[in-house]
Amino acid sequence: MTVQTPERPAVTQEPPRATPPPPTVRAQQPETAEGASPTHLSARGLDLFYGAHQALKKVSIEIPSHSVTAIIGPSGCGKSTLLRSFNRMNDLIPNVRIMGELRVSDIDILAATTDVVELRRRVGMVFQRPNPFPKSIFENVAFGLRMLGLKDRNELEIRVEDSLRRAALWDEVKDRLDRSAMALSGGQQQRLCIARSLAVEPEVLLMDEPASALDPTATARIEELVLDLKARYTIVVVTHNMQQAARISDRTAFMLQGELIEFDDTRRMFTSPHQKLTEDYITGRFG
Amino acid sequence: MTTGSRPLRPGHDAAAFRRHQILRENVIAWILRGCAFSAVAGLLLIVLFVFKEAWPILGDRVTQQEANLAGFFSQPLWQPVSETPKYGFTPLFAGTIKVVLVSMLFAVPIGVLAALFATEFASPRLREILKPCIELLAGIPSVVLGFFGLMVLASWLQPITHAPVRLNAFNAGIALGLGIIPTVFTVCEDALRAVPKSFREASLALGATPWQTAWNVALPAASAGVGAGVLLGLARAVGETMIVLMASGNAAITSGDVFDSARTFSATIAAELAEVVVGSPHYATLFFLGALLFLLTFFINVAAGAFVDRLRRKLAGA
Repeated sequence: MTVQTPERPAVTQEPPRATPPPPTVRAQQPETAEGASPTHLSARGLDLFYGAHQALKKVSIEIPSHSVTAIIGPSGCGKSTLLRSFNRMNDLIPNVRIMGELRVSDIDILAATTDVVELRRRVGMVFQRPNPFPKSIFENVAFGLRMLGLKDRNELEIRVEDSLRRAALWDEVKDRLDRSAMALSGGQQQRLCIARSLAVEPEVLLMDEPASALDPTATARIEELVLDLKARYTIVVVTHNMQQAARISDRTAFMLQGELIEFDDTRRMFTSPHQKLTEDYITGRFG
Repeated sequence: MTTGSRPLRPGHDAAAFRRHQILRENVIAWILRGCAFSAVAGLLLIVLFVFKEAWPILGDRVTQQEANLAGFFSQPLWQPVSETPKYGFTPLFAGTIKVVLVSMLFAVPIGVLAALFATEFASPRLREILKPCIELLAGIPSVVLGFFGLMVLASWLQPITHAPVRLNAFNAGIALGLGIIPTVFTVCEDALRAVPKSFREASLALGATPWQTAWNVALPAASAGVGAGVLLGLARAVGETMIVLMASGNAAITSGDVFDSARTFSATIAAELAEVVVGSPHYATLFFLGALLFLLTFFINVAAGAFVDRLRRKLAGA
């Protein structure tokens, strides 16, 4: 509804380093600061069907800005589906029906008038398997900017460097920006994908099991990166790794068979969950 | 393992059965081998025959007095049955280039963009209708396409192009293009479908539009296949005979104008070989043309293979 006009690329309006995070920065606040940050992403009574199969059942969740929210749950519980609803990636799957309300800031995500292209620029996504384009490292990061109509080589270079630095990849690739991204290691590819998402200045970063295809060292680097990034972005991470959720998230949502069972401060969730199902899951009784 | 030590059932001679089985396997393997090699043998025999009949051009003095390499390239006229036969390749070369160029300019954009539409934009149901329709075009015999070009297309195009003659290189190029579209389309469509979904998802998630995704991500990722499709289309265009024979007007004129009648290498062979005296210089010249045509399409195919290999390696990041 209140979407920025797509013909004026938002990124050209401000210099790269000057994007100020909204006033309430949560980074320095204690992890238990419940309700201190305004809600950035929300779902209300969300139902989603794949054909006749109901993948999400009346899911309601309010995700605060500038924090890391983890969604955990066994395979097929709907956690990825929920994540992909926030930037309407589920639109790509045939026969999906979705009902309820989804908002990012002031935008009604599901409204017919919402510009999906603009929405996806504001709500970036990192996928389970690193999926760099078969282009050079530079062109991968510059891709989103080029699609927004940015042509000035100088500005592209500044923004690509800035994005690669934010994704903690610059030092490793600065001497070979024109080399194919496919030659990077899996962990580097995933950080490149993060840099590529950051280049178009999203507000929200959705991460769908971003480290599940990586080795432990690369995983640790991604986790560090996520912690760094939350100062500037609202991050939602789907993971099947509970230790990972405990390490990086401020809040954790537990889902089971399409329902949101519990959503709470991560520390409380892993020490004294309210729901019996949550306790059973995190203590490894099923899943 | 010792066969026959424990029979499956009384009276079953496992060893004899196994001997029989081995024999049968060998016979089958030899039959299959024979089929595979007979195809290769056919190819070799054809090549041998064509080159043998073309040989007098290079190796026979008597033939060379009338038809020789220097004449092919310096003589401006193709008049093989006149008082003094003239065997200049220039008009045929000009005709071939014109017809092939028009057909490629017509068929490549349509074939590639139709493939992009089918893979990136069409709903699965529409694609299931579209694909067989375009592929059916490939099944139309080229004589029918030629007939269509001769009778229908020429009458449609002339009022638009104001060409001096109904049958000309442009007309033949368009008719030939209709025959090439399915080749380009099918190969491109396969290549585009092989592009991982994850590339498209990544692009869309970055805020690229569907068209930007198709043009900047899907098409470059499929470029090896698209290149192969274009080259295969080119090889077909160069070799295609019946369509151009019927729709081009068949006049061996050296002209840069696509609205003049034209004659290609392939159509020349088809039109003249039936009437020629076996073993005459004219006969050898036609075979020489055939050998040239063979080499040309052969190298296009080799180039297509090498091109695809190189791109594939580049895309894999090696």
